[in-house]
Amino acid sequence: MWQTARLVAAKDLNIEWRSRQVTNQVLPFAGLTLVLFAFALDRDDITARVAPGLFWLATTFSLIVLVQRAFAVETSDGALDTLRVAGVDPAGIYLGKSLALAAQLIVLEALLLLGVIVFYASHIRPAGIVLVIITALLATCGLAFVGTLYGGLAAGAKGRETLLPLLLLPVVAPVLIGATRAFEAAFGTRGGAGIRAGVEISDGWPWVGMLAIFAAVFGAAGVLAFGPLLEEA
Amino acid sequence: MRARPIRPRTAVCAVASGTVVGRMVSPDNAEPTRSAGPVVSLRDVVAVLGRFPALAGASLDVEPGEVLLLKGPNGAGKTTLLRLCAGLVPLARGEAEVLGHNMRTERDAIRRHVGLLGHQNGLYADLSVRENVRFWARTAGASAEEIDAALAQLGLDGRLASVAAGRLSAGQRRRTALACLIARRARLWLLDEPHAGLDADGRDLLDDVIRRAVRSGATVLVASHELDRAQALATRMVTVAGGLVYTEQNANPSGAQPGTVN
Repeated sequence: MWQTARLVAAKDLNIEWRSRQVTNQVLPFAGLTLVLFAFALDRDDITARVAPGLFWLATTFSLIVLVQRAFAVETSDGALDTLRVAGVDPAGIYLGKSLALAAQLIVLEALLLLGVIVFYASHIRPAGIVLVIITALLATCGLAFVGTLYGGLAAGAKGRETLLPLLLLPVVAPVLIGATRAFEAAFGTRGGAGIRAGVEISDGWPWVGMLAIFAAVFGAAGVLAFGPLLEEA
Repeated sequence: MRARPIRPRTAVCAVASGTVVGRMVSPDNAEPTRSAGPVVSLRDVVAVLGRFPALAGASLDVEPGEVLLLKGPNGAGKTTLLRLCAGLVPLARGEAEVLGHNMRTERDAIRRHVGLLGHQNGLYADLSVRENVRFWARTAGASAEEIDAALAQLGLDGRLASVAAGRLSAGQRRRTALACLIARRARLWLLDEPHAGLDADGRDLLDDVIRRAVRSGATVLVASHELDRAQALATRMVTVAGGLVYTEQNANPSGAQPGTVN
C-alpha cells in the first residue's frame, strides 16, 4: 500500500511540476479571492479581524480546483480504468493522491499566509507560530483526505464540476471552523471582537484536537471506502 | 448460413464446428489447473449497461496462447465483452472465469494479470513517454530493464521517450500504451480496435508485438473491424452480435436481435 502511495504521489507531483497548475492557476485564484475580500470589506480593522477565516475560505475554494484537476488527469484518457484493470491497491491510490494534494495545499497555504500578512496587515504572535504550523498541517491533512475521497466519488459522475463543490463544501465546514478558530488564537484576533476580545493562544488547542480527529476519521474512511468508490466511478 | 451462438456446456472438453471451444475447470483442483484450463470461460453471461443488455447470454472459451478475433457490427457487445473480462463491467448474470479465477469473487486476482488497451490509452498527458511507461510498469513491479525493453520494442527509446504524451500523435500514443502493456507483463491482453490510429509501420509493429506476446505465453483477445489484418493475426475468430457470441467463421448473424437472450 505504501509503495503504491509513494508511486502515485510522485506521479501526481510530477504532473503538477510539469503543468504548473498550482502556480499558474490556483495561486492567482486564491490571491484574487483574498484581494476581492479586502476590497469588499474595505476596512483594515475588519480585514485584520477576519483574516483567519478568509485565509481558510480561500484555501477551501482552491481545494476544489485542485481536487478537480487531480481527478481530471485520471479520467481524461482513461487512466482511472487502467488503474482499476492493473489491480493497483485502491488504498495506495487514495493515500498517494491525498499526499500529493496535501503537498500542493501546503505550498499554497504558505504563500497565502504571506498574502494575508501583507494585504490584511495581520501578524502572528510569536507564541502562536507553533499553533499555526500544527493547525495548518492537520487541517491540510483533513482537507486532502476529504478532497480525495469526494473527488473519487464524483470522478465518474455526470456534471462532476458542479457536483464536487456541492458534496465537498458542507463536509469541510468543520475544518473551516476549527482551523479558523485556531488561527484566530494564534493571530490574537477574533471575528466578533466586540463579543469576546483578547483571545488566548491556549484557546486554539482544543480546535487542533478536533482537526486531528477529523483527519484521522476521514483518512481511515478513505482507505476503506476508496476501493468501492473507484469501482462505481 | 446462420452462425450458432455458443451454448453453455458441462462436458470436460467440447468441439464445435471443428473449433475447440474450451473445457471446464474442475472446482476441486483450483490452483494447479488454473493455468491449464481456458484463460477465459464465460457461461450465459449477461452484462447490462444502463437498461441495455450489452451481453445477453454470451458464452465463450479462450484457450491459452490463442489470438481470438472478435468481429461484429458496432454495438454488438465486443467492447463490453472485453471490459467484462477486465473486470470493468459487472456481471449481471451467468458465470465467468478469467485465468482460472472467478470473476465475481476473485476480481483483484484477475486484474493483476490482465492488460486492456481500449478506446482510450490511459496515458498522462503531462508526463513523458518514458515516465508513463515507468509508472505503469512499476505498478506491476517491473524492473528498469523491462521498461527499457518495452520502450525499445515499440521504437520509443530515442528522442520520443522524453516527449510529453500530450504532444504525441494518435499513433504514437497508441504505441506508448502498448509499451505500458508490455512492461506490465500481462498474461491476458484485451485489445479493442488496436490498429486504430496507427500508420502502416505502426500496424506491422503492433502485429509483431502481439505475436511476440503470444510466444512468451500471453493470450490475446482482439476486437477489430480491420478484418484482413486481424484475421492474419488470429488463430480463431468468433462473431459477436446482439450480445451473443457465435462460433462459425465468415458467418453473418444479421438475424440476431440486440438484447436477444440465449
